[in-house]
Amino acid sequence: MKRTRVYGLMAEFDSPTSLVAAAHKTHAAGYKKIDAYSPIPIEELAEAIGFHHNGVPLVVLVGGILGCIAGYTMQWWIHTISYPVNVGGRPLNSWPAFIVVTFELTILFAGIAAVFGMLALNGLPMPYHPVFNVPRFAFASKDRFFLIIFSTDPMYSASSTRAFLEGLEPKFIMEVPG
Amino acid sequence: MDEQRVATDQPAPVIEPGHTFATVTDKISSIVLTRPTSNGWLVGFGVAFLLTMVLLFAISYLLVKGVGIWGINIPVGWGFAIVNFVWWIGIGHAGTLISAILLLLRQSWRNSINRFAEAMTLFAVSCAGLFPILHMGRPWLAYWLFPYPNTMNYWPQFRSPLVWDVFAVSTYFTISLLFWFIGLIPDLATLRDRSENRAAKIIYGMLAMGWRGSARHWARYETAYLLLAGLATPLVLSVHTVVSFDFAVAIVPGWHTTIFPPYFVAGAIYSGFAMVLMLAIPIRKIYGLEDFITERHLNNSAMVMLATGLIVAYGYVMEAFMNWYGGNRYDAYLLWNRLHGPYAPTYYALLFCNIVLPQLLWIKKIRTHPLWLFLISLDVLIGMWLERFVIVVVSLQRDYLNSSWGMYYPTRWDWMTYIGTIGMFLAAMFLFLRILPMISIYEMRVLLPEAEVKPE
Repeated sequence: MKRTRVYGLMAEFDSPTSLVAAAHKTHAAGYKKIDAYSPIPIEELAEAIGFHHNGVPLVVLVGGILGCIAGYTMQWWIHTISYPVNVGGRPLNSWPAFIVVTFELTILFAGIAAVFGMLALNGLPMPYHPVFNVPRFAFASKDRFFLIIFSTDPMYSASSTRAFLEGLEPKFIMEVPG
Repeated sequence: MDEQRVATDQPAPVIEPGHTFATVTDKISSIVLTRPTSNGWLVGFGVAFLLTMVLLFAISYLLVKGVGIWGINIPVGWGFAIVNFVWWIGIGHAGTLISAILLLLRQSWRNSINRFAEAMTLFAVSCAGLFPILHMGRPWLAYWLFPYPNTMNYWPQFRSPLVWDVFAVSTYFTISLLFWFIGLIPDLATLRDRSENRAAKIIYGMLAMGWRGSARHWARYETAYLLLAGLATPLVLSVHTVVSFDFAVAIVPGWHTTIFPPYFVAGAIYSGFAMVLMLAIPIRKIYGLEDFITERHLNNSAMVMLATGLIVAYGYVMEAFMNWYGGNRYDAYLLWNRLHGPYAPTYYALLFCNIVLPQLLWIKKIRTHPLWLFLISLDVLIGMWLERFVIVVVSLQRDYLNSSWGMYYPTRWDWMTYIGTIGMFLAAMFLFLRILPMISIYEMRVLLPEAEVKPE
């Protein structure tokens, strides 16, 4: 780990309200490569940092449709093509009997897509991340709220960004090595 | 919002006032991280573990000798295995109801009981899944139930409810596991950051998968959680419906009725909430969690039990009414056999346990009284087990031809397998309480007044 590189500047707040307000101001000031960390989900926060649409619903929809098609096609193929069994002269493609398994596989595929899609879009699992280098970041899973401006942001400069963050009245400002 | 509610019309708060993010986090995580393993836990786990060994012994002997060691025979081929299967899987339903359906209905009181209710679902479904597999006679061929390409060029019969059941139960287990696990991720991150022990830090850290609470992550997480709840809701209703199809599609008198699906689902939730209460009442006492699992939770769970119990009672009444009114002599005989046949005591006991005694829940004092609730829950669990016994055994023992009537007597191996699964369930619960946060920490934080973002 090279100590010379800086991943970003992090500010610590003590309530969801102050974090959301700070995130709004930071985004409005023109910083785009920012993120915020909190121990609870805060609906307003994603909006405040300019994150409006997430891809999870689409992934789940695709998963569900795939499960539905796979479920029905499998039963249709098995009972009409591969292994036809005549039950009292009823049609081989006896679709009402295939609904239950089709339904179950729709739910199964959609559910798996929801969980693994969410993890993949979040880039998890990711055991190492530069923000963990900040000792106080351990409180992000307890009762503290953090805002970070990444050093890759075009507006980032060590001195002016620090001055900007100080204007937001955080509890602490920390440099994130990474 | 919560503050106002507490101040005005609600009887008891969901979470006692005075808690903050820090106290909630410390209180729940310290149970796992710093509280020493108590003697009570060791004794409880020891007994449960011993019973699990009884289960392993019974299963081993079954593998050696075959299902002949059980009391099943023709005409009663289903016996204890299916009774216990339906009983356990029904218990699991309350966990999903609490975690998914109550989430969609915005019943925020669920936040303090959903975690261990979901764990209960997983362990109950695991116990349930054992029975049909052991009942197959050659359990090592259980994978034949799944469609896979094989040299026999043979496939499962998808027109059979028994195959539907395989898909319903395995989907249910998978989705319950995923739901439980993604609910745990933020809390595992909390444990990772709080634990002093290096090994614990590494294990919780790996399970948390690097969760850091980013706003983008939370947004996707909340969407996925909500969608999963939306998917689990029809799923949980479908599972016991499909279980009831195992019976309703057959032509045995007492099984062949259209009332089975709704009545099975209501019965499942009934017994499930009884199990939730039987677990919650000692847990809140022993671990001092009365602040989080309040009288409100006991009262609400008791009301769900009362409501589903009345639906079950309606089911019994309609079943008996249709047996009499339908004019089918075999159905009419089934009713007579339940009331006067060799197993009549089980039918009367089930009516008492499921219909008569739970009427005490109309009284508010009893709904908030832990000991009374515990006893009524035990009574409901026994009653619901008897219900499945009556449905499976009493229907099968005397169907159409007098010449094929018979009796069913469970053997010691039946009892050992049944009690053994209770041990396995409890052993898993004990381990869960010791190594994972039994109450969802982040969802408790959300309930606090300070979680609210105040407008500027």
